[in-house]
Order: sequence, then C-alpha cells, then structure tokens
Amino acid sequence: MNKKTGLTLLFLLLLMVAVMVLSSCIGAVKISLAELLAILSNQSGLTDHTGFKSQQAAVLLNIRLPRVMLGMLIGAGLGISGAGIQGLFRNPLAEPGLIGISSGATLFAVLMIVMEIIIFKKLTGILGFYALSLAAFVGACLTTVIVYRLSMRNGKTIITTLLLSGIAINALAGAFTGLLTYLANDEQLRTITFWSLGSLGGASWETVMGILPFILIPVLGLPFLSKSLNALALGDAQALHMGVDVVMVKRIIMVLATIAVGASVAVAGVIGFIGLIIPHILRMTFSADHRLVIPGSALLGAALLSLADLLARTIVVPAELPIGILTALIGTPVFLYIIITERNKTKI
Amino acid sequence: MRTIIRQRSIFNHLADIEANEHNMIGIRELTYRIGKKELLHNLSFEVKSGELLAVLGANGAGKSTLMKLLCREINPTSGQIYLRGCDLQSYKLPELAKQRAVLSQQNTISISFLVHELVMMGRYPHFDQYPAEADVVIVKQVMVETGITHLSGRDYNTLSGGEQQRVQLARVLAQIYDCKDACLFLDEPTNGLDLRYQQQVMELARSLADRGYCVICILHDINFASRFADKILMLKEGRKVAMGTPVEVINCENIHETFSINVKLMPCEGYSCPLVIPATSNIN
Repeated sequence: MNKKTGLTLLFLLLLMVAVMVLSSCIGAVKISLAELLAILSNQSGLTDHTGFKSQQAAVLLNIRLPRVMLGMLIGAGLGISGAGIQGLFRNPLAEPGLIGISSGATLFAVLMIVMEIIIFKKLTGILGFYALSLAAFVGACLTTVIVYRLSMRNGKTIITTLLLSGIAINALAGAFTGLLTYLANDEQLRTITFWSLGSLGGASWETVMGILPFILIPVLGLPFLSKSLNALALGDAQALHMGVDVVMVKRIIMVLATIAVGASVAVAGVIGFIGLIIPHILRMTFSADHRLVIPGSALLGAALLSLADLLARTIVVPAELPIGILTALIGTPVFLYIIITERNKTKI
Repeated sequence: MRTIIRQRSIFNHLADIEANEHNMIGIRELTYRIGKKELLHNLSFEVKSGELLAVLGANGAGKSTLMKLLCREINPTSGQIYLRGCDLQSYKLPELAKQRAVLSQQNTISISFLVHELVMMGRYPHFDQYPAEADVVIVKQVMVETGITHLSGRDYNTLSGGEQQRVQLARVLAQIYDCKDACLFLDEPTNGLDLRYQQQVMELARSLADRGYCVICILHDINFASRFADKILMLKEGRKVAMGTPVEVINCENIHETFSINVKLMPCEGYSCPLVIPATSNIN
C-alpha cells in the first residue's frame, strides 16, 4: 500500500476509535476511561468486578455500546455508499438521498408500518427486523433502478437527467409517504416521524446484529473497486479502454450502495448529508484517489455519525434531538459551500 | 449445398488466418448501422505493426465511428475486426488493455486528480492495487517524452486545454509503454495544441511506429498526415475513398472527393509528397 494512503487511513481509524471511546463515556450516566476499561476487561473475563458501578456496566453494555456500534455501522455504510455513488455517477454532488434511494426506502418502510402487512406482524425479533429491512431495501433498489434507467442513454449517464429524475422520484415518494402519513393512526404516526427524522434511539444488540451483514458486505467489497472508480472518473469510454468492465462495475456499486443505504434507513430512518459530505471532506483535505476516499469514507463516516449522535443525545438532556435534524443542520451549510466552490472553480 | 458452403467458410476462415498473421489489425467488410443510417459501409483494410495509418475525412465521414469500433466501444453490425489475427471480440477487456491504448477526443474528468496520479492510471491494467517500481519508472519516462514533467504536481482541472491533452497522451502512452508491438489509437491528437506541440505529438507518434507500434491516427491536417503517416485512409460518408501511401493517395481528385473542396498541390523540396493548400475558389 502507498505509504501516504496507509498513514491517512491509520489516522482516520484512530479518529474513529477515539470517537467510539468518547461516545461510550459521555452521556446521562458518566463513565470515565478507567471505568470503561474496567467494565470491558471484566466483561471479557480478565478482571474481577472492581473499579466501576453495576449501573454503569448495565448502561454501557445494554444501551450505550449498541448505540455507538449502530452509529458506527450506519455512518460507515452511508459514507462509503456516498463515495461509491459519487464515483459511479461521475458527479461530486450525487448522494444516496439526492437520487432518491433514501426516499424510496422510507416510502416502503412507511408502507410496511401503515399497511401493517401480515407477514411483518407475525415475524418478530430478528426476523421481523429483517422483514422491515427487506422492505426498505426493496424500496431503495426500486428507486435506484428507476433513476438510473431514466438517466442512462446509450450507456452514458446524463447528469442533468439524473438529478431531475432524482428530484421527481423524491417528490413522488414524498407524496406517497405523505398520503400514508395522512392515513396513519397516532401510534403509526409516531413511528413514521421517527423514520423521516432519523434516530439511533432504537439501538439494541439485535438491530446491530441485524444490520451488520448489510453494512459489512459493502464496506469490505467497495474498496476492491477503487481502482475502477478512479478510471471511471476519466469517463466511461476511457475506463473501458483501460480494461474496466464498466457495466459490471456500475452494477456492483449500485447494488452494494443500495444494500448499505437501504439497511441504514431501515433501522435509523433518513440521515441526510453524511453520504454527501464525507467523501468531499476527504477529497478536499487529502486526495481524490478512491483507494483512499472509499475506505476513508467508511472510517470518517463512522466517526462523524457517532459524534453527531453524541451531540444529538447530550445537547438537550434529558430529551434527545433526532440525528437527521443535526446532520442536516451541519450538512446544509457544507453542501452550499460545495456548490459555491464548484461554481467558482473556473477552468482555465 | 450445405457442405459446399461449409467448406467455403472453412476455406475463407483459413485464408483469413493466413492473411491476418502478418497484420496487426485487419478489418473485413466492416459495416455499422444505427437504425437505417449507415455510418460505415463495407470497409476493409489492414495495418501492420510499425505502421502509422492516418485517417482523413470530412466531419461525419465515420472516422470516430471507426475508432469506436476499433476500441470495442461499439460492436459492428456486420464484418470483423482482427487484432493479431484473432477476432477483437475474443479478447478479454484487461487483456486488450495491455496491448491497445486509446487517446479519445473528449477528456473531461469529474474529480480532480493530480497530473502524476492521472498518468499512473495508464498503468492500471498492469498492477493490482498499488504500482510496482517498474510502473513508477515508466510514468516518469513518458512524462519526459511528452514534456509534462514540470506539471507533475498540478491539478489536472487547472491545466490549459493543450496541457491536458499532453497529460492524456502521457497516460495513454504509459499504458502500452512496455509492450513493444502494441496498438495505439489516437483520435485527433493534435486538437487544441499549438504548432510546436502538434509537431511534437506527431513526431512522437512517428517514433512509436518506428519502434514497432501500430498507430492509427485520425487527423484533419492533410499535410501532417502526408508528412508523418506511412499510409492514409480517406473516408467519405462511411466509404473508403482511397487508401495507400501519401504519394499514392494525395491528389486533387481524392481530396475533392473526400472533402468537396478544390485544392492546389505544391511540390516542396525535401518532401516526397506535395503540400496541399486551398485553391482560390474553394466552394464547389
């Protein structure tokens, strides 16, 4: 591995671990670093029950750790699919949300909640969770395929059409979601609000284990396509000339990104802007090389989403802010900044 | 009847193989159609290794279509393209990339890369995740040959059109640099370059052909074509007007047929082929 890329990734990994420790320690029940280590070593059977309170251990192991884990997984999934999709569409402004993946997933999840589909009701626990994930996933796939098909012509993606179809699909999915919200009863309404604003409040070891494969496959798989994505940045024809099977690479990226985003929306609702800004931060600070941006987006995404969740649950204690609000609050100015610099970047 | 046809097709096949053994690229009765519009009609020709073929033709004559077919970006409606005697379709993409490089006409990139990163991309077909020592050496070498060493650390998107063109040429060259009888397809390589670099690029293409590469180059400048190419192919509306050495094909009739303009030929000392200049009354 290239030394510079290796060091950068190591730095991002350390950052992620630091955020992980910080998020585990801070909260309504405070846990010091020493106590954290004591609980963990006690849990793994290395030491006795000393140096911490039982309540702290209970909070850490049953509430905080799964939540931190979930935040990491979702952040990694959203970050890496954002990087993949931006590379795929050859457009730094593409984002899972912008091209309708998230709204499609939300629509199908809301459909499941409101229609209370019989299979979903019967399946509880892990299976029930997978059913909801599956619905969100199907919704994500469907919108992706529609938007992708609409924006393709002669094997090339037309960016304007892509963004316009994304907007159209978003509006359509939004309208249907609105209709379903109108039909929903009070209890369903609260669940729907959770979807549309996004929250890691539903975290448990069950959800963590449920989402794990959906995130792990893209996070481990996408880095193998980094070189092809670099070639794709030069153009479809150019990538083909360099021996890249463009159609196949595009398909794989689409599927992997959709898996990650679909699963993320299924457990935590729509968390915007992570997929958009993470790859940009990496490109602006380090390098545009996908061999750094792809794995780096997973690491930085994990770190930043956990950090955002830490803020979301500590800023208005004892209540908590939906994380979607927080990422949008931070994300929108960054998004605008990107648009403005893109506009001002005149080609000589 | 069927046996006869089969025997004939086998015979043709053997003849094909024999004929193609000496040719780097063989084109047989190549036709490409979109709907009812025929962009290329029944085109056949051969190019040997060590040869530089210039393709001339008016806008819309089918030059770029021919280039796309040669690159396998599109597939022929009928007819075959052979590379080293084997059907182009039978090659795997990564295999093809190691022996054939293409400089396209439009080269906009979506994400900012540094010049040396971009040139290194030419070596992508040759390494797995990270470049070997040899790849780094080749990248340095081609950057010297194309005169872009001083741009190495620059952002590609901040370069001028001519500089970008040279960077792309370096990338393409890096791709086949260590394959001594590879193919190089250049689609208007002198586009956007000033006179000095136009000449430099053509001299580079010439020296590559002399080193054993098979170079096919779309050009607009007839004088450049006759000065640097071994053979010239003239296309009009998808059909071959003429093909042969510059001395054979550069004459007023062929040029009039190809471009629908009148020209004057001026013999020039030291050049075997006369210079082509526009005639006073040009529109016919």
